[in-house]
Amino acid sequence: MSGFLKWVATLPSLLQIPVVVAAFLVVIALIIFFVEIAPRTGTLYTIVRLVVCVLSPVAIFVALGSVWWAAAAAAVLGGLFFILDYRSKTGAGYLFQLIGFLSPAIALLAIGLIYPSVSTFIAAFFDNRGRGFVGLQNFVWIFTQQTGITTVLNTIVWVLLVPTVSTAFGLAYAVFIDKSRGEKIFKVLVFMPMAISFVGASIIWRFIYAAKPVGQDQIGLLNQIVVWFGGQPLQWLQNSPWNTLFLIIILIWVQTGFAMVVLSAAIKGVPAEQMEAAALDGTNAWQRFTNVTVPGIRSSLIVVLTTISIASLKVFDIVRTMTAGANNTSVIANEMYTQWKGFEVGRSAAFAVVLFILVLPIVIYNARQIKAQREIR
Amino acid sequence: MSAVTPIDLPIDRSTEHQLRAGERATQRSAIKRTKKRLTSRGATIAALVIAVLWTTPTFGLLLTSFRPADLISTTGWWTTFTNPGFTLDNYSQVLQAGNTSLTLAGSFLNSIAITIPATVFPLIVASLAAYAFAWIDFKGKNWMFIGVFALQIVPLQMALVPLLSLFSRGLKIGGVQLFAGLDASNSYSQVWIAHTIFALPLAIFLLHNFVSEIPSELIEAARVDGAGHGQIFFRIVVPLTLPAIASFAIFQFLWVWNDLLVALVFADGGVAPITKLLAEVVGKYGDKWYLLSAGAFVAMVVPLVVFFSLQRFFVRGLLAGSTKG
Repeated sequence: MSGFLKWVATLPSLLQIPVVVAAFLVVIALIIFFVEIAPRTGTLYTIVRLVVCVLSPVAIFVALGSVWWAAAAAAVLGGLFFILDYRSKTGAGYLFQLIGFLSPAIALLAIGLIYPSVSTFIAAFFDNRGRGFVGLQNFVWIFTQQTGITTVLNTIVWVLLVPTVSTAFGLAYAVFIDKSRGEKIFKVLVFMPMAISFVGASIIWRFIYAAKPVGQDQIGLLNQIVVWFGGQPLQWLQNSPWNTLFLIIILIWVQTGFAMVVLSAAIKGVPAEQMEAAALDGTNAWQRFTNVTVPGIRSSLIVVLTTISIASLKVFDIVRTMTAGANNTSVIANEMYTQWKGFEVGRSAAFAVVLFILVLPIVIYNARQIKAQREIR
Repeated sequence: MSAVTPIDLPIDRSTEHQLRAGERATQRSAIKRTKKRLTSRGATIAALVIAVLWTTPTFGLLLTSFRPADLISTTGWWTTFTNPGFTLDNYSQVLQAGNTSLTLAGSFLNSIAITIPATVFPLIVASLAAYAFAWIDFKGKNWMFIGVFALQIVPLQMALVPLLSLFSRGLKIGGVQLFAGLDASNSYSQVWIAHTIFALPLAIFLLHNFVSEIPSELIEAARVDGAGHGQIFFRIVVPLTLPAIASFAIFQFLWVWNDLLVALVFADGGVAPITKLLAEVVGKYGDKWYLLSAGAFVAMVVPLVVFFSLQRFFVRGLLAGSTKG
């Protein structure tokens, strides 16, 4: 496989697209073809199944450049799988189909997410070379020096401020423009930042926060406004702790559009009868909003808050391109990258584990929800 | 993950119905414009203020990118109206800017070459898996599905470094070489595989919701007619879920295009995408505003075109992502 990939890499960049996509489609077509003929009865199909079971693991192992006897072991396992499938209660070929559909995804997830997460977890308890076991020393290091503590605290500030403020803005905006003239255009305007990369957003906001010395013309809009009101231009991104706040504003700017679109659909789903009934009872707009609309869209609100919380826990690009973590603005994801670049693998992994622990409550909550739902079905 | 990736959270049935009703109501109101307005004048003004606040930064940058370099660094973009100047030099210069192995124009091509395969691969792999989770019964299906769901919230950062060493050094268990490593530095393959893997949990979850909503009578009828799982998947499931696949494709496209983190770790040298180059330009020429403004717009143009032309699907995908349980 590495030979094929090397050959692809020598092609002009745009020509590589059709080549790899075609190669990939051939593999998928083969899988679907064998899955289709698998459950058919007859000696011929049984032999085809046996051949595929034995040869495809070998092919994969050889393609990955593994030693020959590992490939042979894979062939034996494939043969065992064939027998298991042949004698399966649900009929021969059933397991074969299942594996055909699931194995590409499961194999990729195991290689790319499960194995790396486990090994990061282990690396967090080892030194920077990954050799000596150091126990909790990496975690002690994070929580005993100023940068580490600031980093964790900053992340917590991000995750508290971004979801609440952007949901509040998104909700207010969705209510204000509901059923108004030009609602669509209003939506697109606020939603647009979501299509822009964080790197692009950072550059956009550099132009807002730019500062020139007193007396010169300002090129940053924010400082110009300060000067118009007779103030002194400020270095927005240098003075801790306020600089974190100005970075947070960027993510709020991006995420409000998401909150607005989802909440707007939720608001339109609140039954009109309820609103009319409340209006007949003589309530004002604010009372209707707090007593009818908000309870009506409660679960959408939770979805929006959770989604944005996860996004802000993982925030990286904005901090990286705006300040690279200087002047006490670092967050966990950025510090991870910095430590890794500085060859401190253990510390980098420890930061990843801290991040994982912060995300864990959200995972548990949602796993419980989804389990409850699938049981209903 | 990027801002545009929705994370699927389970909601109960009633909310789901409510949100669907909301979607329908939106469509109705587009036809029937005579609906009585409930909003007050104050609300309209507040909405206008928010809209202006949200658009001004982008608009300012767009104006800046067309101003001559010396004007950019001495006066603000709002003075354009009194002190006009227009040039395309910034764009021609920034396309040539970059590092020793790559210009910004080259990285633009890289971005295209990375993004398209990295959108196609996860969609196909995920739709296969989604079909299995929805229509093939097996033991432990629920637990496995929850496991896949939980993976989508695992921070990407945890997976990056080990995956990189897997790619470059391969996998050895007890001295036995199981996997030789891709030996593929300076090619796109690492980035393709990484993006494919990281997109899978969300894609499987999202597509599963659509695939499982296909009426079971349809699947049964096909089975009675002698179609196997392969034909059912190819002839019934894929055509029926095409809208969902399309809306997820837009997300995945935007996400891969806008990604910086995966690119920083997996794409080095001549294969770096535009976000990485742009971040480098920011680091190196942080004070050369004319390069930054034009560069930002070069990077933004593709996602913005995708966004504006496919905006309806985009919103639909977003709602599907966050409301179907």
